[in-house]
Amino acid sequence: MKSLLRFSTLSTLAALSLAARAADSSPIKIGEYASLTGKEAGFGQTSHRGVVLAVEEINAKGGVLGRPLELVYEDNQTKPGESATVVKKLLSRDKVVALIGEVSSGRSLEAAPIAQAAKIPMIAPAATNPAVTQKGDYIFRVCFIDPFQGTVMAKFALNDLKARKVAIISSVSNAYSVGLAKFFRETFVPGGGTIALEQKYSEGDKDFRAQLTAVKAAGVEAVFVPGYYTESALIVRQARDLGLTMPFLGGDGWEDEQLLKIGGPALNGCYYSTHFSPENDDPAVARFVTAYKTRWKGEVPGAFSALGYDSVYVLADAIKRAGTTEGPKLRDALAATKNFPGASGVTTLDKDRNASKAATIIAIKGGKLSFHKTVAP
Amino acid sequence: MSEFLQQLLNGLSLGAIYALIALGYTMVYGVLRFINFAHADVFMVGSFIGYYAGKLVPEGTLWGGFSVLLAAMLGCALLGMSIERLAYRPLRGSPTLNVLITAIGVSLLLEYSGQVFFGAAPRTFPPIFPSQNFQFGSLTLSSNQIAVIVVAALLMLALQFIVHRTKIGTAMRAVSLNPRAAQLVGINNDVVISFTFGLGSALAGAGGILYAMNYPSIDPLMGVMPGLKAFVAAILGGIGNIRGAALGGLLLGTVETFVSGSQWSTYKDAIAFGILIIILLFRPAGLLGKFTVEKV
Repeated sequence: MKSLLRFSTLSTLAALSLAARAADSSPIKIGEYASLTGKEAGFGQTSHRGVVLAVEEINAKGGVLGRPLELVYEDNQTKPGESATVVKKLLSRDKVVALIGEVSSGRSLEAAPIAQAAKIPMIAPAATNPAVTQKGDYIFRVCFIDPFQGTVMAKFALNDLKARKVAIISSVSNAYSVGLAKFFRETFVPGGGTIALEQKYSEGDKDFRAQLTAVKAAGVEAVFVPGYYTESALIVRQARDLGLTMPFLGGDGWEDEQLLKIGGPALNGCYYSTHFSPENDDPAVARFVTAYKTRWKGEVPGAFSALGYDSVYVLADAIKRAGTTEGPKLRDALAATKNFPGASGVTTLDKDRNASKAATIIAIKGGKLSFHKTVAP
Repeated sequence: MSEFLQQLLNGLSLGAIYALIALGYTMVYGVLRFINFAHADVFMVGSFIGYYAGKLVPEGTLWGGFSVLLAAMLGCALLGMSIERLAYRPLRGSPTLNVLITAIGVSLLLEYSGQVFFGAAPRTFPPIFPSQNFQFGSLTLSSNQIAVIVVAALLMLALQFIVHRTKIGTAMRAVSLNPRAAQLVGINNDVVISFTFGLGSALAGAGGILYAMNYPSIDPLMGVMPGLKAFVAAILGGIGNIRGAALGGLLLGTVETFVSGSQWSTYKDAIAFGILIIILLFRPAGLLGKFTVEKV
């Protein structure tokens, strides 16, 4: 009788602990919003593939805190306003514990106040405008910010291209473009250069001949085009049609294979700064490139793939250190991220929740992207 | 001076495309008295036909380029005629407002089924015509710009010929003047209206190809902005008036280009639409439109 009682107590305990473990092994939901379709689908698609790869890798190794990660993703169709809608859905209906997104600063700025109000940490893989993380202490990013990127390109124009007179063509309706143009000017002018002309356009414009004709008349040695890839490629192409032969410089908004498809040979002799180059011989990069190519049928990863991938690993590491997925504790763990190695370099989040990382300058030669150099922060 | 000439040239090549689209708006308005909002999306379909047809012919050849242009014009003509047959003809005789709402519906249908069939991401339009740059002093002309102006001019001349020198053109003008009287003298209105849609849509198809050649990034929503501009151009010139549409298109393209090239580039669209408002204040029927008093 006694032994029977002991047996039943034991079995009840075992059943209880099993039940507890079953509750504990429920998946951790991570929300991702990205521009998977629409004009900047290239941004969303590449970062999304990096995110998926990282989630699959982590789950193959047993997940985080013994629980698998579950990725819930939404498409904002590159449309203004849509990010806010899908993020609200991810927070209220899917109850995600953290958000990953976006590549674009403008769309990250839309989602940030919502994540902040809900006290759910958000990691922007590649939003480089400083205003994004200023939206609140729950907003993080794993990339460098535009003041650094603008400085890098301004110094590159001054020292490597020996250009003293440049023109800027920026997009007025894009927070990223306006910011980058400002930071470029702030380094270039004190460095002894002059900005002969500043021309503006709006997102979605396709005809830039008018602005370029004015640039041609100004007689500059280089043109800085801090825009996204579709417009930038069209600008360079139309510039060559008009007989402008100087180099055009861009930022990480140029990072997409569509750039070369639209721009074609017109882009030869142009440069842009970005976060990552698959040609970098760092072993961490090589490992990531191999894994990515295996997962996505031979596709070579871009900068946003690497940053999307790193965002998930930084988040997983923070969940592990926090030991929980509760918003405030997860936030504190994320803020304490230090020297975390990844595909896009080592991530340390500073007090403003920004990462300081080296920039890579890519040169376009013979219709191909080639690694030019890295600039340390 | 050379900057001025260069900008003028840029403006004319942009305006020529607006003019081609505007012609379709104006012709349909002429015969049916309603704005075919789906016209801008027929323009989009034209460039997608070009995108797929461009893969079948060798790139950068004249015959290849012209056969793509012809394929797009034919495809769009068929599309325009079937839209008219399926969506607008059943509503013939009902209030214009019903047709107008249907037109908006067809427009959205084309845009969003385009996103399903072609994908929402932008595609790169292949270089179908041989491309080269010509230098005249400090003036640079690309072969694409020349092609736009030449093709647009030829098409407008052809249209002028069809409308004023052929039997079907005479019938079109008759229907436009008074549809009932036209029927009384033995004109089959359905045939004429169908032809008008086909002709206007073919021009939109050509516009789609020319636009994509100059701005080689195409997507299912690409028609919206040029369509709106062309609509403004048609009103600016006097809606229902073919020469007016051509003039309005060229004017709008040129103004837009000059504003873009100045320091007020941000106000490009505001100034273009501002001009529309001013012209309509002084000439409510548009630049070349005839003002008619409606009899009650």
